[in-house]
Amino acid sequence: MESQLGLIEQSFDLRYSGWVREALNELPDSFTITDPCISGHPIVFASNGFLKIFGYSKDEVIGRNGRMFQGPKTNRRSVMEIREAVREEKAIQISLLNYRKDGTPFWMLFHMCPVFSKEDGRVIHFLGVQVPIPRRPKRSVSTVVGNIGNLCENGARAREGMFRCCRREVCSDTVLELGRGSALDSVSSPDDREIDINEPCETSELEKQKANAAVSNVLSVLTHYSELTGKLVCGKRCCLSGTGLLGSSLNISLGRIKQSFVLSDPRLPDMPIVYASDTFLELTGYARHEVLGHNCRFLSGLDTDPATQFQIKEYIRTEQPCTVRILNYRKDRTPFWNLLHISPVRNASGKVAYFVGVQIDDSCKNQEEHGLSPQRRQLSVVGAVKVAVRSLSMGASSS
Amino acid sequence: MLTIKRVPTVVSNYQDNTSSEDLESKSRGCGRNCLGKCCLPVSKLPLYAFKNAEQETVENDIDTSCCRGPPMAFLNNLLLGQWEERMSRGLFRYDVTTCETKVIPGRHGFIAQLNKGRHHKKRATEFRIDQVLQPFDENKFNFTKVGQEEVLFRFEPSNDNEFHYFPSSAVDAASSSPSVVAINVSPIEYGHVLLIPRVLDCFPQSIDHESLFLALHLTSETADPAFRVGYNSLGAFATINHLHFQAYYLSLQLPIEKAPTCKLMTSEGSTDARVIVSKLLDYPVSGLVFEGGCTLRDLSDAVANSCVFLQNNNIPFNVLIAECGRRIFLLPQCYAEKQALGEVGRELLDTQVNPAVWEISGHIVLKRRKDYNEASEHYAWRLLSEVSLSEKRFQEVTNNIAEAAGFQQVEDDVTAKHESNQESSVPRAASHLPKDCLVQH
Repeated sequence: MESQLGLIEQSFDLRYSGWVREALNELPDSFTITDPCISGHPIVFASNGFLKIFGYSKDEVIGRNGRMFQGPKTNRRSVMEIREAVREEKAIQISLLNYRKDGTPFWMLFHMCPVFSKEDGRVIHFLGVQVPIPRRPKRSVSTVVGNIGNLCENGARAREGMFRCCRREVCSDTVLELGRGSALDSVSSPDDREIDINEPCETSELEKQKANAAVSNVLSVLTHYSELTGKLVCGKRCCLSGTGLLGSSLNISLGRIKQSFVLSDPRLPDMPIVYASDTFLELTGYARHEVLGHNCRFLSGLDTDPATQFQIKEYIRTEQPCTVRILNYRKDRTPFWNLLHISPVRNASGKVAYFVGVQIDDSCKNQEEHGLSPQRRQLSVVGAVKVAVRSLSMGASSS
Repeated sequence: MLTIKRVPTVVSNYQDNTSSEDLESKSRGCGRNCLGKCCLPVSKLPLYAFKNAEQETVENDIDTSCCRGPPMAFLNNLLLGQWEERMSRGLFRYDVTTCETKVIPGRHGFIAQLNKGRHHKKRATEFRIDQVLQPFDENKFNFTKVGQEEVLFRFEPSNDNEFHYFPSSAVDAASSSPSVVAINVSPIEYGHVLLIPRVLDCFPQSIDHESLFLALHLTSETADPAFRVGYNSLGAFATINHLHFQAYYLSLQLPIEKAPTCKLMTSEGSTDARVIVSKLLDYPVSGLVFEGGCTLRDLSDAVANSCVFLQNNNIPFNVLIAECGRRIFLLPQCYAEKQALGEVGRELLDTQVNPAVWEISGHIVLKRRKDYNEASEHYAWRLLSEVSLSEKRFQEVTNNIAEAAGFQQVEDDVTAKHESNQESSVPRAASHLPKDCLVQH
């Protein structure tokens, strides 16, 4: 238990400068921060607002997993949706029945979103905001379900099932108001009407706004306190150029390839780099965050042959693989001849999803490892990337 | 004699379906670089010699959870690089990465692919499916006809405890005939290759101990759980009667790998060295799973003994070697026989899926867009259920295998639990046993 607590302390201390906890507790909202990299995905921070609502003390909660607040009447499907969002590193806003320490259940709007490392786009924390849903009387007004995609916090494509109220087909006589007037109008005093706790609750615009505001505030604090340690975080996976970075399983697979290569996404404006191997960073002298989100042309310089650059563009346009020898420059501006092989990489839809560029420093090109030439090893990178991208995109709902 | 009509898959650019005369004339002093006795002994091919440690234990779990992962094995790089190079040379009949593929929604995660290119527009040929063992016929297509450009490398044991790679090694006519890894020109997935043990010896399609051991080494040396080796016996949808295994990459767990199992029996020997044989549960096809054993040889021989029994008793079967050689699935099947006897439903037949090892494992290649769009777990389950032996027959076959291969059946709950406790000191084996399976008996 000792080392677990140590890890939990570090989860915050390594990433954010001192006083971050105090700053977070200045916010009135109820929220928790969890660390998916620690076994058990434990809570590493719980706000005072949270402890007050749930009736626990800090020590009873830190190190525990969020499931401790679920109970017999908590909807399993909702729990699974949350788990899936964690796995897919996506945000989710969902109504959930939780239990306080004294065992009483209550409905809340649970808004969870990942906190990304700005450096490499990896998820380092999940932020969970809880907004209690007040009891509302039943009224015989038909439900209106509108488009709530615009509430998507991180700008990711709102998946159909991601943001929704629960079981709207059951709540036919509960009012759902979306962007039309304040929910307060319809809320009479809580004792007005017996609300069956078994019936799911519809959330109103007010709760959603509260949740969004809380998320925004917390992220603000976290971002600010991470700047001071230099280990920036942000609410979007890639602050530099919008969405485009890769999921963690693809990252892990690509991490096994110990050669210099990058992946660029042709579907994003200016075809930015969305993955760069460690060896690439060593070869070129750049840091990862200096490279991600940028087009590879930054490697070219004064004496780079424009004809070669044009050739590359042509091959990419026609989705053909090619090998060129191009003069590139490291970050310190020292030049090197790059024996560059570029190949289209398709995902499970059969369409080109990325281009992989594999670099060989020409001065090292005669180094053989176990009898395998660098050029052969270049092609093995292409193969490994193709396998990873194709396989790992088979389960996704869209390309 | 039972036969079915099939369009055989074209696995080599040299595989003609023309008359045997044509093939005969080609085999006489061919003048091109083939793998026959005319060319191979004086050729040079890349050679990967794997470390020849008979006492080699199955490696511990590769920790794929750490952020950057362990580096890829040399053989893995070699195979991928060589395959990609053949792609760039245009040796494949189509680019398999342009074929749409998806995981079918559902509990089991069957994988479907739309692949029209595999379907050759040739006349169907008759295949005899009622004899698992048939003699080699040099007049039919066999792998000595394959061009050397389709060979990626030779795969043979080295003389010492290290692996060695020789980019260009003379095939020594005096040594035993070379074993090769060649491309499959109609790939199901990226990296689809054929392992042909001792190509010049022209073995018919039938498993022997040495060849299975070689196949097991291919998975353990590549050390990538995405790379699996499969085998189809005659009568279980092999169409070339020249001993070969297949392999390709798929970085997803296959449904068969996810299926729970229940321990049935073990091989003889000390606790640590015992191979555990389990039964597949909650899976449409009845099958056995072999794992454990102290050395690769233990595991390989246990499976080979079982295959030999099936072959000698004319029971068609498929074999899947998964998890870098740590788990081997053995699946007796009867689909071809049912098909020949007209017992398979029309809608299943219309999808033209011949359930060989990959389909049985849960990876289904479909030819028609309609079938791909409508592919459901229900369809996959129905198709595979037709493949399976009945529960009764499977029980019979398992008992016979136990007798033939010298396995001891697990007697009762008490014994089973006891075995399990002992086995827990071998974490690798125990990790595959779900805790609650022992109560099944």
